[in-house]
Amino acid sequence: MTVPLMRVQGLTRHFERPRSLAQRIAREPRSVVHAVNGVDLTLWRGETLGLIGESGCGKSTLGRTLLRLVEPSAGQVEFDGQDLLALAPSAMQRARARLQIIFQDPYASLNPRKSVRQIVALPLRLHGGLDAAEIDARVEAMLARVGFRPEQYDRYPHQFSGGQRQRIGIARALVSRPDLVVCDEPVSALDVSIKAQILELLAELKAEFSLTYLFVSHDIAAVGHIADRIAVMYLGRIVEIGPAAQLIEAPRHPYTQSLLSAVPRLNPGAPRQRIVLQGDLPSPLAPPSGCAFHTRCPVAMPQCALAVPRLQALPGVADHLGACLRLEPEAPKDLCTPP
Amino acid sequence: MKGAAPEMHTAVSSTPLQATAPPMHAPNPDALLCVRGLTTRFPTPRGWLVAVDDVSLDVLPGECLGVVGESGSGKSVTFASVMGLVRPPGQVVAGEVWFEGRDLRTLDAQAMRRVRGKRMALTMQDALTALNPSLTVGQQLTEVVLAHDERLATLPRAQRRRQALDRAVEMMSLVGIPAAATRLDDHPHQFSGGMRQRIMIAIALACRPQLLIADEPTTALDVTIQAQVLELIGQLRRTLGMSVVLITHDLGVVTEQCDRVIVMYAGQVVESGPVAQIIGAPAHPYTQGLLRATPRVEHLGAPVRPIPGTVPSLIDLPAQCRFLDRCSLAAEACLAPVPMAHHPTAHRVRCVRAPVQPETVT
Repeated sequence: MTVPLMRVQGLTRHFERPRSLAQRIAREPRSVVHAVNGVDLTLWRGETLGLIGESGCGKSTLGRTLLRLVEPSAGQVEFDGQDLLALAPSAMQRARARLQIIFQDPYASLNPRKSVRQIVALPLRLHGGLDAAEIDARVEAMLARVGFRPEQYDRYPHQFSGGQRQRIGIARALVSRPDLVVCDEPVSALDVSIKAQILELLAELKAEFSLTYLFVSHDIAAVGHIADRIAVMYLGRIVEIGPAAQLIEAPRHPYTQSLLSAVPRLNPGAPRQRIVLQGDLPSPLAPPSGCAFHTRCPVAMPQCALAVPRLQALPGVADHLGACLRLEPEAPKDLCTPP
Repeated sequence: MKGAAPEMHTAVSSTPLQATAPPMHAPNPDALLCVRGLTTRFPTPRGWLVAVDDVSLDVLPGECLGVVGESGSGKSVTFASVMGLVRPPGQVVAGEVWFEGRDLRTLDAQAMRRVRGKRMALTMQDALTALNPSLTVGQQLTEVVLAHDERLATLPRAQRRRQALDRAVEMMSLVGIPAAATRLDDHPHQFSGGMRQRIMIAIALACRPQLLIADEPTTALDVTIQAQVLELIGQLRRTLGMSVVLITHDLGVVTEQCDRVIVMYAGQVVESGPVAQIIGAPAHPYTQGLLRATPRVEHLGAPVRPIPGTVPSLIDLPAQCRFLDRCSLAAEACLAPVPMAHHPTAHRVRCVRAPVQPETVT
């Protein structure tokens, strides 16, 4: 896991909100949503990087920006030595065979007018180089691998359950033999027993096809189970990143600590110390100054409102980075104890 | 949690739609809500779909009962049937629903309306669809107060409205909506997901019901907001002394919030009992499978083992154990209808193999 597959630097995506006529006449400035705000990230070949955070923190936008499904506003994305953002459309199209995505909603992400065979064949037809017989052979092999029977190949998405549709989405993503797969909430719409089946399938396929996953989800337990490393996002920025077990068992950033303390556990009778955050996620239209978390942070200091803390290596823990003034060596230690 | 697990009938129902209804035991006098043999079905082109099959359960005063099951297990339809909210062509074909000394199934529509929203209230999973997008939250909150509060009925109109608005502000503050008075004129889309769920809870609680049925109240929410909403429901349960039915598919939520739990599978209750028993030492292979299939942050290294197969179609189910096809313990005896039975560890389970092999999942 020491060869980088993708390196991301200063990746930023802003969305401008359209102004009303009155706002244009009054020459009000456009309001800008900072969905992804200067993210630095390295994806190592063969790893699963989990990306967690609350809705609206920018985790899905980050996943899509890496594949240029959403064009970044600024920053660099280097994929396997190639500058992805410099690629011409035709070259980008070729690169997309190696960069795939599995979507959350197995209902909305499949074309209802196409059979399963057509849906899974489309990436191969687009990326070219194969004749019809080869395409058919690869599609059938992939469909069989994700658990379909031959008589199901020519059925349509509505004839399948949610878990089966997610298998179709997985087959479509993997049929072009990608290197990197962004899994955007792939199990969030599924029931417990089906969720476990899909997680198991994703883990098996990763080993079989030497894949690298960026696993985006708000389901922290599922991410903890499948990921090697976990990155935590808050309002467009990564606030903590580290090895999965270490980050879940001993989170360092106050946001990660409160997020994890909110995850329900299956220990009847065990006492819980829960850090219940007050309020909702602030609007990304007007993120708070300095550390964006300081408005909800239980251990905020006055200086937290002034400067954006840098994501830096934490002393004493390997490969673990955090962005918090409290985690810097000279910070007051009075309140900064993990729960 | 009051007393031991309540008695439920052990009648064998071989086919849900047989001509003679299964015999029932008397309703539990200590229960606030006591459901016996409830059966609800829906017509489909391929035959009757029995969504709720002979379900019996009790909700004790002041307790939180968890109802766990996957999509299609019948957990929501059970409580829609309890509330008299099953619309034709769906039919509640059998069963009794005892609530505050009356069988709700014998009430006419008008009497049922006086119970619903006033003595028992329901919050739904998707607050954005459940709330009316074209009315302000103030209008939606005062509607329920004006409909149910007899004390207001005698007042002059303006005064009645003012009092209802006061109550609306009080309820919104109670569920933790900041600056409640200034937000009465806002529409549902102007609130965040967590705030909308709070407004649903505020509407449900506006008449101080004895029973709150919360159908997946936190499924669409982030864990941080989920923690806030669950804490709110628990706090209101303690201060208002009401009972709560928490319908969820999240075993963690049940473990942390509920006193007792019933597990539903394919329209039937398959296991019921105190949370510590069901989560700590489940007896039904389905409950055991659910626990093994749930990724747990406190056991990161433990393998997550899926339950093979899928839920059976609820149309024309054979009279046998419904979990049979997915069960690792399946045996000859499972081909007969399986009744609910007492399990040695003080809970009840619908499995012929369970008392033989009570397996502890850690």
